[in-house]
Amino acid sequence: MVEIGHFALVLAFALALVQTIVPLIGARVGNQRMMAVAAPVAVTGFAMTALSFAALATAYAVSDFSLQTVWENSQSLQPLIFKITGAWGNHEGSMLLWVLILTFFGALVALFGANLPATLKANVLAVQGLIGAAFFLFILITSNPFTRLNPAPIEGRDLNPILQDFGLAVHPPLLYLGYVGFSVCFSFSVAALIDGRIDASWARWVRPWTLVAWMFLTGGIAVGSYWAYYELGWGGFWFWDPVENASFMPWLSGTALLHSAIVMEKRSALKIWTLLLAILTFSLSLLGTFLVRSGVLTSVHAFATDPTRGIFILCILIFFIGGSLALFAWRASTLTAGGLFHPISREGALVLNNLFLTTAAATVLIGTLYPLLLEAVSSDKISVGPPFFNLTFGPLMVPLLVMVPFGPLLAWKRGDIAAVAQRLMAAFAAALLASIITAFFIDGASAFAIVGVGLAFWLIFGALTDLAVKSGFGNVAVSAMFRRLVGLPRSMFGTAFAHMGLGLTVLGLVGTLSFGTEKILSMHTGETVELSGHTVRFAGLFPDKGPNYTEQRARFELLGVDGKTIGAIDTAKRFYPVRQMTTTESGIKTIALSQLYISLGDEGTDGSVVVRLWWKPLVTLIWLGALVMMAGAAASLMDRRLRVGAPSRRLAKSNATPAASAP
Amino acid sequence: MTRKQKRLSVIIGGLAFLAAATGLTFYALGQKASYFYMPGDLASATVQPRQRIRLGGLVEKGTIQRGQGATVAFSVTDTQKSVKVTYTGILPDLFREEQGVITEGSFGPNGVFVADSVLAKHDERYMPKEVADGLKAKGVWQESKK
Repeated sequence: MVEIGHFALVLAFALALVQTIVPLIGARVGNQRMMAVAAPVAVTGFAMTALSFAALATAYAVSDFSLQTVWENSQSLQPLIFKITGAWGNHEGSMLLWVLILTFFGALVALFGANLPATLKANVLAVQGLIGAAFFLFILITSNPFTRLNPAPIEGRDLNPILQDFGLAVHPPLLYLGYVGFSVCFSFSVAALIDGRIDASWARWVRPWTLVAWMFLTGGIAVGSYWAYYELGWGGFWFWDPVENASFMPWLSGTALLHSAIVMEKRSALKIWTLLLAILTFSLSLLGTFLVRSGVLTSVHAFATDPTRGIFILCILIFFIGGSLALFAWRASTLTAGGLFHPISREGALVLNNLFLTTAAATVLIGTLYPLLLEAVSSDKISVGPPFFNLTFGPLMVPLLVMVPFGPLLAWKRGDIAAVAQRLMAAFAAALLASIITAFFIDGASAFAIVGVGLAFWLIFGALTDLAVKSGFGNVAVSAMFRRLVGLPRSMFGTAFAHMGLGLTVLGLVGTLSFGTEKILSMHTGETVELSGHTVRFAGLFPDKGPNYTEQRARFELLGVDGKTIGAIDTAKRFYPVRQMTTTESGIKTIALSQLYISLGDEGTDGSVVVRLWWKPLVTLIWLGALVMMAGAAASLMDRRLRVGAPSRRLAKSNATPAASAP
Repeated sequence: MTRKQKRLSVIIGGLAFLAAATGLTFYALGQKASYFYMPGDLASATVQPRQRIRLGGLVEKGTIQRGQGATVAFSVTDTQKSVKVTYTGILPDLFREEQGVITEGSFGPNGVFVADSVLAKHDERYMPKEVADGLKAKGVWQESKK
């Protein structure tokens, strides 16, 4: 099975080369048969990669320690789920997952792109194949997951205990679906540059891919953040760590792309900018892969890194980013510029959105790379942490969030800002009320909290206003309004949900950061501690045993007002003997939208333990907000325009999207 | 305004915005970035009390003292010089004697480094990159163990 996997991987590399060269030449000389090679090869390439991945996963599942990666990252006593997820809990397997998803997207384009123009489709698949070829080569040369050990060891060295968690099953696949999903947008852009042709229907094909990638990336980042939150036991959910930034930069520019693609689709403006943004977004994804996989950075999340591989990825990076940007510089002038618009219009608002988001992405990029550059030119080692990002990223986000509710309410081409402001009065009143309540009724509210709560409510009610206005609230009877609401295009719900989710996330952030409390103390059995109105009793330590670890579990009881136990919170120190590693399992109790978070420290000599407790008000909203944003993307994907024959030119012409134009 | 003037004003506005963002970014880099030092570097560097820095090295053997409650004191060493550090909180799981560690905080008036965060890499080699580079530069550690 292992040899089949290895063989399939080599075959997939060969197929990727075919997928690149043949259609590219075919598109150049106009040979239909050569262009038609792309689709079946892309699908076969995906099948080969899937077979290879399945072989690796099987080797992990059955603990075949004759494979080096299995020996290094698995152990026979591990539960089956962690054996299988361990397949991508290491460098080699994770790169294989990366190309698996890349070829998966290639196959999707091949299967669902039946009505794409033949040359565009051939070029898109060729570029997709080229990216695949580069990474297959990288895997085969520097990080082959099928390297054998002879003689085979009897027992493996165990998966890093921090990764022995359900989060590993979800986070990397979601994140990669997002990261790599943007490769499709990239391939479409490069294909358009090769073709020298770009029109509104191009945006129609690109937008759903952007939506899919963005949706998964949002989910991947959110899951990663929650995983770090409960697994590392530090109570933090975002550290502005380079590895986190690596996934956040494509998210920011992907969000910008999502918005500029709308302008391009609806108004055929901003064509060249959208194209550039698509290239930049995937470039940032590649940069993220480089930063995470090369080990050039110190990170709290860095696992399995190896500097020798860095050079190879750096070459891939330079080739694709440099190549695509050079192509852009050379060909962009041949593309025709799009329609004109007044600065105060939906287009204008989306341009502002893009300006802020790309600047924010650039800020994060500078903060992430500056320490590397400085170390390269001098010997100074610096670290750029939360204080930097709070000072630069924060001020960029506030005006952006203030503007969000205006955008969807402005008309295309020429908008009336006064009329929109009038419609948003109710949302503004709600935001003001929320701020006032925060300022006067909650003790210790800072200026940040007052502004933040106001902004969050502004976003949430702004999104609701958008739906209300578009369904004719106040102008038509209630039943007619309801009918109109149901009949609104799904993409409008998408916008409203995404913006509402953003508001929820902001509310969660503000709640946790400004009203959270924490205590560090050492406790004896039976002692109680009070934190923000919650009384917690330390019930004692209980030793326990898992399949591949021993643990010292501390039980805490949450006491009600009458002194009775109303809930239990367990936190533990686990010891994994194979790796001689200790991990902390935090104890979390969710109370409504807030959480009580307990982390266990060292045992003292007198039988006491060090305990750190946090009260995190509204913290769950941070991730629930991300879920709502994903729901928004999903709703937008289900829009009739995208679902039914949108990518065909014939339909695009007859159905000039009357519903989507502003009221 | 003519169309040309309009376009010009939009471009100028955009550039002004970018200039402001760039200025803020470099101001923030100057103010908010924290430098990394090993104990031996401190003599030649001018570190003000209360200036945030990162101090890295090995946790010196036999220096870990658990004080009252959750406060811990230990020394960070580069095998030649060492600095006393205090920290209140829960130490990372991989914190142990003679392992690499990075602490972040500032010097108090009595010359003791008060850390507000302690990082130990969760990797089986227990060696943060900065510490490894620093020790290699001093010739006291080689990348031999794997």
